[in-house]
Amino acid sequence: MPKAHVASFGRFRRSHEFWLLLVILGLCAGLGFANAQFLTLQNLFDLLTSYAFVGILALGLLVVLIAGGIDISFTATASVAQYVTLSLANAYGANWISVFAIAIGIGGALGALNAVFIQKLRIPSIIVSIATLNIFYGLLIFFTGGKYIYSLPDWFATGIFWFEFEWGKDSSYGVNLQILALALAFLVTWLLLNRTNIGRQIYAMGGNADAAQRLGFHVFGLNILVYGYMGVMAGIASLIQAQLAQSVAPTVLVGKELDVVAAVVLGGASLMGGVGTVLGTFLGLTLLAVLQNGIILLGVSSYWSPFFVGLVILISVSATAWSQRERRTRSARA
Amino acid sequence: MSTFLEMSGISKRFGGVHALRNVDLTLEAGEVHCLVGENGSGKSTLIKIISGVEAAEPGGRIAICGKEYPNLNPVYSTHCGIQVIYQDLSLFPNLTVAENIAMAHHLGGLHSVDWVSIRATAKATMAKIGVEFDPDAKVAELSIAGRQLVAICRALAADAKLLIMDEPTASLTRHEVNTLIKLVSELKRAGICVVFVSHRLDEVLEIAERVTVLRDGAKVGTFAADTINGRKLSQLMTGKSFEYQVQAPELAAGPIVLEVKGLGREGEYEDVSLQLRAGEVVGLTGLLGSGRTELALSLFGMKPPDRGTIALDGRPVALRTNADAIDRGIAYVSEDRLALGLILNQSVTANVTLTVLERLAGAFGLIAARARRTHVARWVAELGIKVSNPANAVKTLSGGNQQRVVLAKWMATNPRVLILDSPTVGVDISAKDGIYEIIRRLARDGVAVLMISDEIPEVLYHSHRVLVMREGRLTTDVAAAATSEDALRQAVNA
Repeated sequence: MPKAHVASFGRFRRSHEFWLLLVILGLCAGLGFANAQFLTLQNLFDLLTSYAFVGILALGLLVVLIAGGIDISFTATASVAQYVTLSLANAYGANWISVFAIAIGIGGALGALNAVFIQKLRIPSIIVSIATLNIFYGLLIFFTGGKYIYSLPDWFATGIFWFEFEWGKDSSYGVNLQILALALAFLVTWLLLNRTNIGRQIYAMGGNADAAQRLGFHVFGLNILVYGYMGVMAGIASLIQAQLAQSVAPTVLVGKELDVVAAVVLGGASLMGGVGTVLGTFLGLTLLAVLQNGIILLGVSSYWSPFFVGLVILISVSATAWSQRERRTRSARA
Repeated sequence: MSTFLEMSGISKRFGGVHALRNVDLTLEAGEVHCLVGENGSGKSTLIKIISGVEAAEPGGRIAICGKEYPNLNPVYSTHCGIQVIYQDLSLFPNLTVAENIAMAHHLGGLHSVDWVSIRATAKATMAKIGVEFDPDAKVAELSIAGRQLVAICRALAADAKLLIMDEPTASLTRHEVNTLIKLVSELKRAGICVVFVSHRLDEVLEIAERVTVLRDGAKVGTFAADTINGRKLSQLMTGKSFEYQVQAPELAAGPIVLEVKGLGREGEYEDVSLQLRAGEVVGLTGLLGSGRTELALSLFGMKPPDRGTIALDGRPVALRTNADAIDRGIAYVSEDRLALGLILNQSVTANVTLTVLERLAGAFGLIAARARRTHVARWVAELGIKVSNPANAVKTLSGGNQQRVVLAKWMATNPRVLILDSPTVGVDISAKDGIYEIIRRLARDGVAVLMISDEIPEVLYHSHRVLVMREGRLTTDVAAAATSEDALRQAVNA
């Protein structure tokens, strides 16, 4: 192997992602052994479909965390985008392009609104997003009375299905809307963060905001983009969730924020900003999904699910902190 | 030599207060120029005007390479090759060395990242000044000195013709300073003008060809470095003269308070024996990494020794934690007062009373407000802390006053042994004098003081006895009156 590859593999071996991968592989092997259902293509497609919502939101949140902020208003943003978009589609008719355009527009605008408060008024992002979460959600419940929408346009309810295949009786699998959106979100976020100068500016700003300002970064614009991107992801996630649930329920999304935060933090993103990768987020999401799915397949009461998720987060964060301290003492001695 | 920058009649006011008054400055290509002055003398404002961050008042003239810039802004100044390395270096610790050096590649509108040319730029720039870092290493993994080299590379990658460094040596070891000085002479040979802003006068004189002194926003003058000395320079900066003499060995030095025999700690220091007497100031110097800070931390119970004994008043003691040390009357003022010595966002009151909360507790263990007020008022008066209201946050005070707050915090515990690590780092010359006075007074009151410092004149002129550590061993233990700056410098660097 060329030297550069050896070096970068050495770096990967010391990374958070590497350990996460080992844990996931171990967990998958154990679960596959315990339950033959687990390691099937069927279960894989089920997991991808049902975790697409959390995954897409996690990618939005990853970008916000890297930029040095935080946003927890995205579930309310998603609820608003979902309700408004599908109400409009029911009333005036629409197609795939127009529903996504509307949901993305609403999400992006609400996200950007967060950025305006955070940047112009210099309020900490956690406080702004707690406030906007309640405002968006409160207005939605007030105007809708909390009523569900059960009738969706036929083409929307049918969804999309590519590379369809049959599995057992009455069940067919394929690349559906959820999986497609999740894959696109991963691809676009990866490109943004690693292949564009704006992505690198987002990392830089999260690492040292003062230095970014001094070097002439357009900090306000970057923040609009970052929080807007979170909102766009919330808009997209809201539609694929509605398609999966075959209904719009204004009250069910708010409260799921912590699952998303869990996936991103498990993936190694730092709440201090500047640190986090798309690969890490993918692995964090996988670990969360495998864990929650495994608990069900093992027949353990799903009431235990939060307990295990919490335990894994605690262990993972402690392990990272411990290995960092080890490395520091070692380099201090050297 | 050709003139790179010429400015004249530069004034700047911030809300009625003159930060700069009619200042002239000429910088030649390929010269090393030092800018000195106390805090508030206008150094930073002058730098901001040169880099276009602040605009000078009308009537000032700025010419770069002979061309006049009536409205200099950061874009023009960068374009002319003016680069400032701030004290905090303004690097991105979470990004790689290559990205930091080639950061200019990331500026501008949306475009794709050319990783190949970023790495190439970084490697070429590092080669120019003979440094070799892994371009893919994170900057957070580098030492402070390494980060500074990355910051210099970034400036060079941006085609610097004038490199302004703000307090570049503040957190470097002597060895690293030597490397930096060598590097500066190389930059000079490449025709780059280097401006140093520094507090450390001996370094200023070592490195500079010309020195410009500012005081209270006005220029005192520009001097050729070989025509002045440290004493003259501090006089020019403060307008006062400070004459220091070696302290006579304190005849009245009292009984031995602290005695250390054969103390050692794996990989940090070994076989250290020393005595501290009541009423004595003992200076301890040595390079960073010589084990001096580790020894001090052992005496304060934070890095328990592996071998040897520590005795207080002749009785051996085990100091396993700093609480043990505090209980026995040992106080430690850390070098990094911002990070370890003070809670910057809290009030002077909160900081001063932090070590004596138990003593101030009244009924039910609650803090008695009146006792706290009297306590704080006493220390504010005793140490001359300049604060309009003790409820003000410590971060609003000057460096000298912050250091007094730290001292007050520890003096309030009535220590018998006071360990001071670099007590005057980042403190103005005139404020330094106030701190020395406090140290002398403490000694007169019978405290044994161990003062650790990088600066040889500081330990020589303000201690009764001087210790030197080198590579983990105590190599010199001599009365201040029986040694000299040169002898100590040799003992430190030999």
